[in-house]
Order: sequence, then structure tokens, then C-alpha cells
Amino acid sequence: MRELSYREALNEALVQAMDADPDVILIGEDIGTYGGAFGVTRGLLDRFGTGRVIDTPISEAGITGACVGAAISGLRPVGDMQFSDFITLGMEQLVLQGARMRTMFAGQVKVPLVMRLPGGAGTGAAAQHSGSYENWFVHVPGLKVVMPASAYDAKGLLLAAIDDDNPVIFCEHKLLYNTRGHVPEEAYREPLGVSRVWRRGRDLTLVATSMMVALALEAADQLAGEGIDVEVIDPRTLRPLDETPIVESVIRTGRLLVVHEAVETGGFGGEVVARVVASEAFDYLDAPPLRLAGKDVPVPQSEVLEAAAIPQFRDIVRDARKLARNEV
Amino acid sequence: MQNAARESLPQCQALKVLGPAGLKASLASMLLIRAFEERVDQLYLAGRTRGTLHLSIGQEATNVGALHALRAGDRFFSHHRGHGHALAWTDDPRRAMADILGKSGGFCEGFGGTMHMADVKSGFLGGNGIVAGGLPLSTGVGLAIQLRAEDAVCLVLFGDGAANEGALHEALNMASIWQLPVIYICENNSYAMSTPVNRSINVETISSRATAYGFPGFTIDGNDFLEVFDCVHAAASRARKGGGPTLVEALTYRIKGHSRSDRQAYRSREEVRRWQEPDRDPLLRLEATLLHAGIVDEEELSAMRLRASDRVDDAVAWAEAAPAPDPSGLLDHVYA
Repeated sequence: MRELSYREALNEALVQAMDADPDVILIGEDIGTYGGAFGVTRGLLDRFGTGRVIDTPISEAGITGACVGAAISGLRPVGDMQFSDFITLGMEQLVLQGARMRTMFAGQVKVPLVMRLPGGAGTGAAAQHSGSYENWFVHVPGLKVVMPASAYDAKGLLLAAIDDDNPVIFCEHKLLYNTRGHVPEEAYREPLGVSRVWRRGRDLTLVATSMMVALALEAADQLAGEGIDVEVIDPRTLRPLDETPIVESVIRTGRLLVVHEAVETGGFGGEVVARVVASEAFDYLDAPPLRLAGKDVPVPQSEVLEAAAIPQFRDIVRDARKLARNEV
Repeated sequence: MQNAARESLPQCQALKVLGPAGLKASLASMLLIRAFEERVDQLYLAGRTRGTLHLSIGQEATNVGALHALRAGDRFFSHHRGHGHALAWTDDPRRAMADILGKSGGFCEGFGGTMHMADVKSGFLGGNGIVAGGLPLSTGVGLAIQLRAEDAVCLVLFGDGAANEGALHEALNMASIWQLPVIYICENNSYAMSTPVNRSINVETISSRATAYGFPGFTIDGNDFLEVFDCVHAAASRARKGGGPTLVEALTYRIKGHSRSDRQAYRSREEVRRWQEPDRDPLLRLEATLLHAGIVDEEELSAMRLRASDRVDDAVAWAEAAPAPDPSGLLDHVYA
């Protein structure tokens, strides 16, 4: 089976989208000769030229506005935020302009853009280069939010995001770039708004996103040895959220644990729990739904502090075990 | 401020490009804006509008001069004080009034209101509630025009207040390095809400900032229709030929308060009156010029004023009779 890294899968998606459609352009800092801060756009400048791989000054509001303006003009820009944290400098253009424009103008415009946000902790880059901001965007009507956890989904979801006629926030994880997996060569699409059930299980529903999916699957393997059968579901698209498989799963397992790296308060876990509790799965719950998420602290630099702030493999095992044994 | 152009109308680009009929149409547009805004002010005072309101009275020459210098296929972004732009471009007071009254049948069907009129197909890419919001957007439109080698320009209007937003710096710099066909029109109406321009910037002119980005900047009399038209027309011609962006600072004056809550404690009545005198009021100035040149006579001018007023009457009646938006469509436009 053909294997690519998550980085290569994203690169291949960009190449295939740009080959197929001259309206697809890339806009961002150091995406040309440098190949992007994490190497995702390597080789694209040579292939597509400066007209379509547009290196910008360090101007995140400018980049975001350029993407929105180009999108309403019929292009399909893919913006590169270098670090997810930097989108804070482009929030007005993204949220007040890009996300709101279509409704404000009663449907007169489409805003088909993708904004790639390399996020997440684990590199010792401290509080301004490690954030997970996905839920900020989940809170914005008009945006879609995509968060691939594997190389396969990175490619298929990016191609689908570029096809989409709406602004799509594409949350990548820096620690996933080197992870490898099966990636077909053809330009396949993974539809937005469809959850992936990674593993079936009877005892506990574990909903995880991004980096946490791999840790959740490892945890499920370990717990299987203890006789605890864990189902692992990855929403992949946080907005719109495909909650049906989650609700159906909880009806079978009676237990829900949501794991994500972003801080717990106001995080996506709250949304998942709220939807499950308000669904027909409520009557089947055998224990309170739990969240395991980043601590409510800016991500620290030191390895031990950073690890304490972000959910680890052992934390997932601990909480899942506790929940499965009714120790909560 | 004597209007030099009055004596030199034959030398104006405006006359060459628009012709006498076009000049009359521009004056009619300015008269319509004035009549429209005065009526909207009354509607507000009578409690018939919702939300805030930013009136264009006093800025008609910049509104119309800038937009009538464009042509079909061009695009522009307006700002929060944008009724004048919407009317100058679309000449459709019914739809504008429907938006202001929150009715169906306007530009934005009850979603946008006073600050978010747009007529995208015609190139009017919308008003904006964020003062410098249109500036970064114009970069993307300029890029699209350039990448597709279209014979078009993008114009973006903003106020003197917006000149101090960081977004302006990013947008102007990007447009300059890529030589985008974007024209920046700063409508310097002397006050950012209550703060006078001279307390917001420490240089003589806003247009001097263009030097820092490496493209031309001009400060012009924004109450002189002919000067605004000629300057914007020249900037657009240059941009069409790949000459890059231009920053135009049009000096004008906001006769009404900033918005509905403004008690105008920051300026004297005398100052406002001074700007309404015949040598400064943009309507009176263009009227005098066209009379002097024999393009209109007094009788025709009276008829034009009457027609503007009638069209506003019609717009109000039409908008008031229009249905309210249907709440069942509330979520229709969130996603394409």
C-alpha cells in the first residue's frame, strides 16, 4: 500500500487541486521557496509560479483579507497561517468579513476559501506558537471547521475543503506532519460533515480530534487487554458536526469520553456532551459524560509543564478506565 | 476656496468623459443623495428606522465623483457611511430605502441595513461596519483582477478614522509590492466620530503616507466634483495600464453628526454653517459650475431638484409598502 506522511498528503492535495483548477491559488508567508513553515507547500512555487503561489509580507490581516477578496471574485484561495496562533491577527477579516458577508448581503456572494492553520502543542514553542483554536471558529456561523487526524483524511478533507463554496478553517497539527499512513494517489474527497468511526467497541464511546485520535486508539488497544472495549470516533469536521454516529454509539455503550487538546473551558467537548445529553442517548447513559482536554493555562515551554497541560496517553487510559468501571 | 475648475470646465476630464448629459446625471445623483439623506434623517427622528445611521450630507461630491469615474466591470468597497455610494452607483433609492427600513426588496433583504448594502453583480462589493474592513478585501479583488488580466480596477472608500487602522498599512503595502489595480479613496470629512484629524495624525496630510508605500498620493478638494472625478479617473487609467495603486485623500466635511447618538459637542455651529456656504457646499458648487458653463439653466435645475425629491417620496412609499423579510429564511444564506 502506498504510504505518505500527513505533510506529503497535504502537498499532494494542493498539487492535485491546483492542477485541476486554475482558480486555486495559495497565499501566505514563506510558502514559495521556503516551502511553508512546515514544508507543506514545498515544490509548488516551481510547479505553479509566483502568480499562483503568492508569498506575502508578514501581514496576517492582509493575507486573510486577500483570501476573502479573491474568493468573492471567483478564485479559490488557500491561505497559510504559518502558525494557527497568528490567525488572531486576521480575525476581523475572517470572522467579521469572510464569515458574515454572505448573510449580510443576503446570499449575493460565495466565499470559497480555505485557511490552513498549523496548530497544537508538543514542540516546546510556548504560549504563542502552540495553540488549538478550533472552537473559536466552531462558534462562528458561516465558517466550516475541519480537523484531520491522519494522512488519508488530510488529503481527502483538504480536497473537499477546496471544493467547498464556504470559508473552511483547516486545522492541522504540527506533530502529525511526519506521521505516515495509506494515501491513494488519485484525487479522492472525504466529505465534510461526516464523522469517522476508527474502532468499534461496546463499553465506552471515546470521541477524539486531531492528535488525540492516535493516542485514543493506542489507549483503546491497551484497555482491550483489560477487557474494556472502546469505540473511537473522530468527528473530522467540527462544524458542521455529524453527531449521529456519536449518539448511536453512546446508546450502545452508555458511556462518553471526549478528548481534545484545546483547553477544556468553552471547548468542543462541551458541545459534544451537550448534544449527546440532549439526544435520545440520554436515557442510555450509565455514567456522567466526561471531558479530557487541555488544562486552562497558556501552553508552557518546558517539556514537563507542557506535558502536564496537554492530555497524554496515560491520561486517556486513566479516564477511560475510570469511566468504564463506574468510578466517576 | 474658490472653484478654479468653474472657469476651466472645458479642460476637465469630467466633461470629456461624461459629456454634458453625464455631468447632469452626476449632479442629479448628488441631488438625489442630499434629498435621500435629509429624508432618512427625518425618518430617524420620527422613530421609523432601527439601528444606527451615518449620513453622507456634505460628502456628495466625493461619493459621486469617485464612483462616476469608474466604469462597468470595475468594483468598489464602500464603508459605514455608504448611502451616497449605493445611490451614486445603483441610482436605486427604492432598494436603499428598503434596506434602511429593514424591508424585503432592498439590496440585503433585512440582513444588512444601513451599513451593508451591496449589489455584487454590478461591482458594488458592499458597505462595511468596520472602518478599514474593505481595505484588505480590496487586495484580494485587485489580485483576482490582475491574475485574470481583466481590464478593471477596484476602488475602496474609507474615512479619515480608518487611516489609522493597522489594516490600512498591510493592504497598502501589499498592493504596492504587487502593483495591484486598487484606488484608495480616503474621504477625510474632518472628524473620526468626535476626534478631529489633526489630533489623530501628526503629519500634514493622510495622502503623504502613500510615499512610504511607494505609490502616488494626492490631497484634493473633495467638495469639488470635477476635481474628484478627474483625480480618480486618472488614477484608474494608470491602474488599468499596470501602473499600480493610488491614494486619494478627498477633503470634505460631514454636515450631520457621526451617527444618531452624536450631540456634536466637539464642534461649533458656526463651523458647520461655514461648510454649508455656496463656496463650500458640493451641490451648490457643481450647480454654479454647470450654470456658468451653460450646461443647465435655472429652470432645469429646479426640475432636477424636484425630481430628486419626488424619487425619494416614491422610494419611501415603495419601501414602506414592501413586505417585511420572512423569518423562515433566517438561516438561508449562512452557507452556500
